[in-house]
Amino acid sequence: MEPINQFTGTVCPINRANIDTDQIIPKQFLKRIERQGFGQFVFYNWRFDDDGNKRKDFILNDPQFADAEILVAGENFGCGSSREHAPWALLDYGFRVIIAPSYADIFYNNSVKNGILAVKLTDEEVETLLQKSSAPGFKLHINLEQQSVSDDSGFTAHFDIDPYWKKMLLNGWDEISVTLSDEDRIRQFEEKVYGKQYS
Amino acid sequence: MTKKTVIEKIWENHVVSREEGKPDLLYIDLHLVHEVTSPQAFEGLRMNGRRVRRPDLTYATMDHNVPTINRHIVNDPISKTQMETLKQNCREFGIELADIDHPDQGIVHVIGPQLGLTQPGKTIVCGDSHTSTHGAFGALAFGIGTSEVEHVLATQTIWQKQPKTLQIKVNGKLGFGVQAKDIILAIIAKFGVNAGTGYVMEFTGEAIRSLSMEQRMTICNMSIEAGARAGLVSPDMTTVEYLRGRRYAPQGEEFEAAAKAWLALASDEGAEYDKTLEIEAAEIEPQLTWGTNPAMGSGISGVVPSPEQFEREADKESVRHALEYMGLQAGMKLTEIPVDYVFIGSCTNSRLSDLRAAAEIAKGRKVQDHVTAIVVPGSQTVKQQAEAEGLDQIFINAGFEWRESGCSMCLAMNDDIVPPGKRCASTSNRNFEGRQGSGARTHLVSPSMAAAAAVMGRFTDVRELAGVNQ
Ligand code: SF4
Repeated sequence: MEPINQFTGTVCPINRANIDTDQIIPKQFLKRIERQGFGQFVFYNWRFDDDGNKRKDFILNDPQFADAEILVAGENFGCGSSREHAPWALLDYGFRVIIAPSYADIFYNNSVKNGILAVKLTDEEVETLLQKSSAPGFKLHINLEQQSVSDDSGFTAHFDIDPYWKKMLLNGWDEISVTLSDEDRIRQFEEKVYGKQYS
Repeated sequence: MTKKTVIEKIWENHVVSREEGKPDLLYIDLHLVHEVTSPQAFEGLRMNGRRVRRPDLTYATMDHNVPTINRHIVNDPISKTQMETLKQNCREFGIELADIDHPDQGIVHVIGPQLGLTQPGKTIVCGDSHTSTHGAFGALAFGIGTSEVEHVLATQTIWQKQPKTLQIKVNGKLGFGVQAKDIILAIIAKFGVNAGTGYVMEFTGEAIRSLSMEQRMTICNMSIEAGARAGLVSPDMTTVEYLRGRRYAPQGEEFEAAAKAWLALASDEGAEYDKTLEIEAAEIEPQLTWGTNPAMGSGISGVVPSPEQFEREADKESVRHALEYMGLQAGMKLTEIPVDYVFIGSCTNSRLSDLRAAAEIAKGRKVQDHVTAIVVPGSQTVKQQAEAEGLDQIFINAGFEWRESGCSMCLAMNDDIVPPGKRCASTSNRNFEGRQGSGARTHLVSPSMAAAAAVMGRFTDVRELAGVNQ
């Protein structure tokens, strides 16, 4: 996965709580066996009507927001199904950073594992950003090393992130390689519990 | 000796490594695999020249997009490819597979317990959020994403931060006509969809203890709808007796030894939880959701709420949005809501006891003409058992369709779809927008409430039908 540290991008607000993974990517698109190409289906039922025409009232269909790279949303983002197609779709569409007051656990893990930085800010901070970003072209600067979010007109916020996740994101590490680089521990555990080794 | 919860005991038995500033590395005892969330993981293994570390601890089935009418007519070529891909992957990596023609085929969370693969004390993962179902046995079972599926296939381990513990205590005895589904829906309605975020839940209390294994599975199944990745019930004799004689459970003397170890895993009397929430069983009536997340629900005697009843602006907005999507007016009685479709099935409520409960209501009655009602058993085994008892005939005589096993209308990835604007009484676990089809309106209920809705053509308090001589 691609490392991420300092990132500046335009912001798109979706002011809803409990945005579930069925909304982020509806199930009819889960049948593909590849990891790529899901971006075209992101928020499909909100972007398109039953005849496949773009819905005028959905923000991502507004050309001024269509290229946003940072998504700001309400609490409990990514709840529901464990489908990793949700972060794949967000990433493939072009979102590298999400900002919300809270996330569903599985979605959060899935995002980090694909190099998406899911930033947790307070309710008030998110509220401020939802308002500010409703004006097109609003940009935010993210600094993962410093754990900060700021804009050009005085907004700054600090966010917390687990040091392990931070390191993974900063380095763009592949977790399986990290785990297997210390495979001995797994062998020892297997020896102890199963009385034999499996590699 | 410090007192511990079942969650802590299982956790400690599985820590492969623990270091400051890192999650723990946990060993996984059972990895269940299905066709939708695995292809990219196997592809990743192939690309990196990796193998599956413990095919003997891995078990696969196909359930999400299998057809439920004619087993061999898969209309969607992409579904077909996905099923074919799983077959090839299992062959290539040496994994046991219950494919579409296999007598053990079924919804992954129905067959694990049924085969005895699910056992107390195990760590169990699957690329599916309802893996929490297996927690009913006192196993630590949770859903994972596809990257994690790949990680478990390659290493048989997973990086996890030790979760906080949340006790949900259901006090007292359940009232007449109230089922496990009503308990969990009432819990979610009361405490909200993210009450459990960051926690593992343990369900305790008299009402939980008195439940059968299948009922406990219904409850743990929906822990994820309250935000908890895993929910469990401490093992007891009900657990042990359920597992006795099952194919993948230990046999003979080994079973007795295992049973002893399982019982010792139960949370110690007086063990502490990070948080405890309580609910009185007697307060719970048959439940029904009216909105677009599982917390938007209430007892059947209630009415559709008004957005103005909610305090926070964000909640007002989501309720407004939900009512619009659901086509409901504030103040309407829940028993006035008509239904067009009824779905009895899914990993929440498709086991034999669920079908029995629904059949009891369906028996001697007729599905209303304007209602399409389908019953989809959770596995081929459940289907056969139900047929042996004549449940299929009861349903068919009442005008229900009797189908082959699979996920079906729970998520409508196969041909079983609720059309736009139509209203469905569903025994599944999610009422999200579009879950059962684009524009479909889902109301979550118990199996007997679903059957009652089918024969009455509208939502009905099942207690008015249950036990009445026909
Ligand atoms: S029945 Fe529904 S919730 Fe259960 S595994 Fe299948 S799709 Fe998921």
